[in-house]
Amino acid sequence: MNTIVNDTTQRPANAPATATVRNAAPAGKAPKKPTFWSKLGAAFAMFRNRKSITGLSILGFFVLVAIFADVLAPYSPTKVDNTARFQPPSAEHWLGTTHIGEDVLSQVIHGTRGVIVVGFLAAIIATVIAIVVGVLSGYLRGWRSEGLSALTNVFLVIPGIPLIIIVASMFEDPPLILIAAVLGLIGWAWGARVLRAQTMSLRSRDFVQAARANGEPLRRIITVEMLPNLMALIAASFVGTVTAAIIGLTTLSYIGIIPVTTYNWGTILNWASAQGAFRQGQWWWFMPPGLCIAAIGVALSLINFGIDEYVNPRLRSAGERARAMKKKGMNVNDTVTVVRTNTNTQENP
Amino acid sequence: MSAVAPQLPTPGFDAIEAGTTATGAVKARARIPWRFLGNRALFYLFTLWAAITINFFLPRLMKGDAVTAYLARNRNVTPEAADALRALLGLDTDASLWQQYIDYWAHLLRGDLGISLLHGMRPVTEVVGQSLIWTVALVGFATLIAFAVGTIGGAIVGWRRGSRLDVLIPITTFFSTIPYFWLGLLAISVFSVALGWFPIGKAYGVGVAPEWSWEFIGDVLHHGFLPAATIVIASLGGWMLGMRNMMLTVLDEDYVTVAQAKGMPNDRVLWRYAARNAVLPQIQSFALALGFIVGGTIVMEVVFSYPGVGKLLLDATNAKDYALMQGVFLVITISVLLANLLADVAYAFLDPRTRQTEA
Amino acid sequence: MTVLEFDAVTKVYSVRGAGQMKALDDVSFTLRSGQTVGLVGQSGSGKSTIAKILTQLESPTSGEVRLDGEPIPRRGKGLRAYRQQLRMVFQDPFASLNPYHTIRYAIQRPLELDKVVPKDKLDDEVRRLLGRVRLDGDAVIDRRPHELSGGQRQRVAIARALASRPKLLVADEPVSMLDVSIRLGVLNLLADLQREHGLGVLYITHDLATARHFSDEILVLNQGRVVERGPADDVILHPQNPYTQELRAASPDPDTYFAHAAGILGGEK
Repeated sequence: MNTIVNDTTQRPANAPATATVRNAAPAGKAPKKPTFWSKLGAAFAMFRNRKSITGLSILGFFVLVAIFADVLAPYSPTKVDNTARFQPPSAEHWLGTTHIGEDVLSQVIHGTRGVIVVGFLAAIIATVIAIVVGVLSGYLRGWRSEGLSALTNVFLVIPGIPLIIIVASMFEDPPLILIAAVLGLIGWAWGARVLRAQTMSLRSRDFVQAARANGEPLRRIITVEMLPNLMALIAASFVGTVTAAIIGLTTLSYIGIIPVTTYNWGTILNWASAQGAFRQGQWWWFMPPGLCIAAIGVALSLINFGIDEYVNPRLRSAGERARAMKKKGMNVNDTVTVVRTNTNTQENP
Repeated sequence: MSAVAPQLPTPGFDAIEAGTTATGAVKARARIPWRFLGNRALFYLFTLWAAITINFFLPRLMKGDAVTAYLARNRNVTPEAADALRALLGLDTDASLWQQYIDYWAHLLRGDLGISLLHGMRPVTEVVGQSLIWTVALVGFATLIAFAVGTIGGAIVGWRRGSRLDVLIPITTFFSTIPYFWLGLLAISVFSVALGWFPIGKAYGVGVAPEWSWEFIGDVLHHGFLPAATIVIASLGGWMLGMRNMMLTVLDEDYVTVAQAKGMPNDRVLWRYAARNAVLPQIQSFALALGFIVGGTIVMEVVFSYPGVGKLLLDATNAKDYALMQGVFLVITISVLLANLLADVAYAFLDPRTRQTEA
Repeated sequence: MTVLEFDAVTKVYSVRGAGQMKALDDVSFTLRSGQTVGLVGQSGSGKSTIAKILTQLESPTSGEVRLDGEPIPRRGKGLRAYRQQLRMVFQDPFASLNPYHTIRYAIQRPLELDKVVPKDKLDDEVRRLLGRVRLDGDAVIDRRPHELSGGQRQRVAIARALASRPKLLVADEPVSMLDVSIRLGVLNLLADLQREHGLGVLYITHDLATARHFSDEILVLNQGRVVERGPADDVILHPQNPYTQELRAASPDPDTYFAHAAGILGGEK
């Protein structure tokens, strides 16, 4: 795009004749002023590919179920019906009933809420801590940086689940927020470590040096200059933490650490297992909750794959390039240059 | 491991054999990066101290008194014996907190972790030691297999990018995102209950006494197959994905292109150049995973009623057997730290760059 | 007139495990506004260290840097005032602009930080600066760096450096990473700007030819020491120091080049 203005009168006398100054030729219109929506779109570019969109849709579905649980569930999850115990799926109970006649579908729908709330809350807590500790320890130098890094490593190395078990047994009926907080405190260290490494690498980049040389204050350097460049990493870390928190919550609920007064898919499986559903083949009771956990896990993984490919285009294009070459009859790993003599042009892969 | 130093090629020097055209490979003693390892050891000692201190405070934060609960179950204990028990567990409140802390350390350094109320007053070290063997054997073995298969598989999938093998990635990842306990329960439901191929749980048959006989070992393997298999299936995806992604990044590097351009055979490029470099971050992940072996087996042991360390912790927590609880947590933490230290040592030897920073 | 004195500066880095590394050894020079000083040397000669010390990203181990007779302050208002007077153009046009910000933001930020013009005049000033570096404001102002070519990015970097109306400019290899065909255009731009604004420019480069074309005085740096200094033509045409002579011999000479090439081709036939 030629935007250099032609000004031949200003060319110095001793400049060689071959030094050309290009003409002003505005190629195409000037770009439209960015609107709020286009800026938003650009910010979420990492989510634009097929994998992320699929993942986000599935996740969105579960979020909607969690929000509208009361409306969607046909029965109250605790409604006992002793005439209809252990029933396989039927027209009245799409997913059958439990050992005391509760409707499994309603339980699963209501269980969504606990999972989504704790999962996201824990991830938000963990990610905020990870950003503060990770970016600060990456940007600062000296003992402050080493100290924060040591703190991160301690949290990384101390075994999480045993700690949660011990902590959870201290309380009779821990509220969801507390569970989310504990899960978040266990899970921030990994993201902090990754962010620290990336921040350290960013710090030595020229545009950060330029901002420092311009006298930009520290808080703006971190928030305005560096954070946008860390966005993809933060997003991936957040998504990963949601997955870990959901799996952690359901697992701990299944084991019975988290008391069964709260509703989530793990507690449903706890009851199912306690009532021998697995041994009696009552698949309608234990399959749906497990499949839901798996579905959310798959959705979150897809989102992360999408982010991965956005950050590292090689992951996406490597497979595509190889397939395209295969169509032409060439193997991407071949060491020999292929020369075709039946056309006029030579091809060098 | 050999250090590479710039050198004129000597006669009979095979460039392909040595690996590059401009340098000769010199067999030098591997330099031990003392500073790096020293730093890590220092850090682990600090973490150990932190963990032990947390361990000290944990039961004191909890409600309920273990001894009272025990006494409620065993009425025929004299008051003097009860007092002695309290002293042993460090629960007598006469001494100051600081004094109790010192006593705790004194006990630790003597190797005395107290006695377990739950397990018939046997020393905690003995109880934990037994369970530890089962956990480490089964889970360590399974993790090793998952790592090996996953890494080699990931290298091949990365090499043959764009082929049908690519479908392995979503499949194995799917199995990783399924919650492990559900996978285990399903496995039991299908293979143990429906098909009857494997026993439902435990490490060996009820009523069978542990002994060193082929029969016993066979029984153990039979019981251990499902737990091990489910662990491998669940963790395979992570290893494969990580290795494949690293392979794709490495295969784009110029030194791989140079190797191919020199005419190096494909499998040599794949294994000695690409995979060798891509595996370095995997080893770090493996280290951290080792840490999770001991801490994360709780789920498997609950599902399969396996007599390992995790189940021990759960039972101890439920019964408020503080000494046992502390002991298990301590052992788990120490194992994690040891595993991490070992992996750091391995990484330091394998990555020439860490060796060079010492130069 | 503004005078920057670099006085007997030594910079020593300690490297873990390998002792110490002297990046600069007793380096002195003076930079006056209206004058261009060329700093020539290979990679590792200490050129970038000088740039870092001047922009306060590093500080000397011994020696002093003075602006108008006063040692440059380490913090506070004095540091801010100093930073406003001396700006730097970086070597890598791809890395010196934040990929997430528009060109408008990149140039506007120093204007805001140093309160150069009132708020309502910001847009005009940004366009004026873009015009100064011969870029079409309308076409460029709302784009992001990856949408521009290397030469355009470097011009934006120059505009950004000029925003705070400094008296001194440090150009750290400003054209090394640009296509050869556009290097002269950017260098001539710098020369014009220097004349118009009476700037003092420290032109750091490894390229003898452009150093001579562009500078009044040249310093030759070898392993942290100044081995030769003098008026540009003198140093290039009559180098005294053996290192300078080697540098000059290594530069391609159009007259002998074609004769040499012809000789080779003739011989091969």
